[in-house]
Amino acid sequence: MTPVPAPRAARVDRSRLPEPGPARSFAFPAIDKSTLANGLRVWTVRHPRVPLVAFTLLIRRGAASDPPGQEGLAAVTADMLDEGSGERSSIEMHEALARLGAQFDTDIGSDATVASLTVLSRFADRALALLSDIVVRPALRENDFTRVRQLRLHRLTQLRDMPGAVADRALLKLLYGTHPYGHLPIGTETTLAAMTLDDVRAFHARAIRPSVATLIAAGDCDHQGVLGLAADTFGDWRGSSDGEVVSTSLPSALSRLHVVPRPRAPQSELRIGQVSAARDTPDYHALVVANTILGGQFVSRINLNLREEKGLTYSARTAFEFRRLSGPFVLQAGVQTSGTARAIEESIGEIAGIRGPRPVTSEELALGVAALTRGYARNFETAEQFGRAALQLALYDLPDDYFEQFVDRTERVTGADVSRVMARHLDPSQLTTLVVGDVDAIAPDLARLGFGEPIVLSSDAY
Amino acid sequence: MRRLPLNISFTKHTLANGLDVLLHEDHGCPIVAVNLWYHVGSKNERPGHTGFAHLFEHLMFEGSQHYDRGYFQPLQGAGATLNGSTNADRTNYWEVVPSGALELALWMESDRMGYLLPALTDAKFSNQRDVVLNERRQNYENRPYGLAIIALLEALFPPDHPYHWTTIGAIADLQAARLDDMQAFFRRYYRPANASIALAGDINPEDALGLARHYFEDFDPGERAEPVRAAAALSRDERIQFEDRVELPRLYLAWLTPAMFAEGDADLDLATDLLANGKTSRLYRRLVFDARIATDVSASQNSREIAGYTQITATAAPGHALGELEHAILEEIVRLTQSGPTDEEIERGRVQAESQFMLRLQTVGGFGGKSDQLNAYNVFLGDPAYFDRDLARYQAVTGASLRAAAARYLDPARRVTLSVVPQGRTALAAPGSEPVVVS
Repeated sequence: MTPVPAPRAARVDRSRLPEPGPARSFAFPAIDKSTLANGLRVWTVRHPRVPLVAFTLLIRRGAASDPPGQEGLAAVTADMLDEGSGERSSIEMHEALARLGAQFDTDIGSDATVASLTVLSRFADRALALLSDIVVRPALRENDFTRVRQLRLHRLTQLRDMPGAVADRALLKLLYGTHPYGHLPIGTETTLAAMTLDDVRAFHARAIRPSVATLIAAGDCDHQGVLGLAADTFGDWRGSSDGEVVSTSLPSALSRLHVVPRPRAPQSELRIGQVSAARDTPDYHALVVANTILGGQFVSRINLNLREEKGLTYSARTAFEFRRLSGPFVLQAGVQTSGTARAIEESIGEIAGIRGPRPVTSEELALGVAALTRGYARNFETAEQFGRAALQLALYDLPDDYFEQFVDRTERVTGADVSRVMARHLDPSQLTTLVVGDVDAIAPDLARLGFGEPIVLSSDAY
Repeated sequence: MRRLPLNISFTKHTLANGLDVLLHEDHGCPIVAVNLWYHVGSKNERPGHTGFAHLFEHLMFEGSQHYDRGYFQPLQGAGATLNGSTNADRTNYWEVVPSGALELALWMESDRMGYLLPALTDAKFSNQRDVVLNERRQNYENRPYGLAIIALLEALFPPDHPYHWTTIGAIADLQAARLDDMQAFFRRYYRPANASIALAGDINPEDALGLARHYFEDFDPGERAEPVRAAAALSRDERIQFEDRVELPRLYLAWLTPAMFAEGDADLDLATDLLANGKTSRLYRRLVFDARIATDVSASQNSREIAGYTQITATAAPGHALGELEHAILEEIVRLTQSGPTDEEIERGRVQAESQFMLRLQTVGGFGGKSDQLNAYNVFLGDPAYFDRDLARYQAVTGASLRAAAARYLDPARRVTLSVVPQGRTALAAPGSEPVVVS
């Protein structure tokens, strides 16, 4: 410990805030890229600060590739990957991972299945061999399948108790109907019950293929080393995947207001949404800025209104969930039961307002842009962050200089851009509101919103 | 095996008013973490006045005398991300800012340390109390099994023990809280002598120390909070249950265990891992994988400043009652306490600890980043250099020490057994459980 000398004389000037100094420039490291003969792309982001390496294997097929009537198949397949390989049982596979101190995870979304494995870099070769066994050569045994499917059915049972999960699921169904984005990856009781191991084998054979895969290594690693290991462990993976998922028609003439009953609930779980922009929209940066101002940060219009002015909620936020096809825009909040109708009215008012009637002020715009750009470097600190960043490029076909350009492109967004893109991608007359809550307590207030009688959804409607 | 340099380099300076300043240089990313701990949590509250420390954390974001338009705006405008949290033992506040905005963050943090009360109005207070009541609804009342932790802590610790209540507080206490209670709370605990600030990342240590002195050393020291002392002991198997809006019943077993960093803490941490965390764990294999009587199982050694508790949680698969799960779990505990872990389990525990500690070295800021770790070691042990010795605690665990700790603390005759069952299905509870009311 160092003793500190007596205080200096200078007084703190509290009449104004100190002006921040210029930001030090930040450069995203180059991504080294190669492609194996089988089509597997191998990318390396070198970031040797800590002796760790994060492997991310992206498969550009996810829950949207579930065949109609087999919702949940991609997720079950992802879940079956780490259930053993060759002579190795499921438990033995996990013992092998545990011996490396590995952090292993699989993640599934609409557009992708992702297996990630982070280890001390001295275990990189053994980790990659395991990752290959997991993804390329899963055992797919009947006994494991029965257990995995049963656990997922139990999970569905439990999700019915969780207001947030019920709301997410019901809203997707309302917005998308039978479209590939109309279901959560976990599927439904009916589709899971009908699923067989052969379905999983078939899905693995046509979706989990090198032609749609990218292996990303980030951290304490070098490209030639990773490439050599990848060729050894993934080189004999063969086959091409089926075609891309395509849009099908969306439900038309959606009702405005829906309720899933949760008797005596102390809060209403609220969702307001519509199908909106895809990740490749040219309006991307303007929409990100607009959403930040509307509901994407603590000082957003919606959070300030519902939480900081009215105390109706702990948290209210909005997001454009950008995907390869048109993704949903969703507002979500848990609001106290007595304030449900008011929260809906205020939320829709804010969404309508930012499209033109109450355009963003120059202060709001400056703050929103600064919040997104000035601290941008903090998104690139860990090996896992670099891996996830590279994954975005691979999943959405973004250019290599995407991260370099982000700050500049975001700073060019104007207030007029914000109004224009919000008017283009959000339409208050198309917004659907869904409440999971105490119908008896909220129905009289909801009736006064002018959206007609709320449609009460039964549990088999979502 | 290669020895890795596992440490966080730092310097520590104590200002004349008692504020500890910890500095750590890491120029990997052009950002600086500002991390400020106040050594106050829900354990400094009294019965009838619970939830104060956490409610107070909310008020700290509502503006101070010299900038009274919210705390977030100027910092987000400078590119910061920021947050705070409260637990039983401490409250932390942090900002991660671009290097050039360090001074702004220190201005803001110091203004709310020195000048919060002149800006704290009744309107802010009642608004944030409403927000906290909604936070409680969202995370406890309207969440399946959300009230279990409240029932569990009430049964584990006696009413006069400060771990008897949860950080969110009781509804009645929150409703009865008054602005002058909050003011008194602030004057007592939010003082330099009771605080520690870590600045980590892209800093010049000399300049950073100069800025910390400039902004904080004018404040009166206040007093370091007196250590809280309380004792807890279980003399029997406390068997309780309540009905909740859930489909599947869930069993919670809990034991009183050593405090953080105390003898036996690391042993129990590894014991809970090998019992119930991950697919290789003994209970997962038995309950979920083989017998398929549970849908999930987990365990943790929750070590706190003055006491700890170990918890095992398992959810029954449909058609199975909690007594069946309890029986299997206790058998596995007996097996562990009699035969101890295998060499393979000990070796896995060691490499997992090394990997976990290495992952913790990657970030300077936020919850769990290097600045937060330096403050944790400094506030709880007075020794920010403890990182490598903390890891050494885990590397020192042997089969014999783990077995001994499990045998001593995971005593079937002195525990809490809580069953949470679906409405009207009390027959699914572990046998002999008494109903409790929890809200």
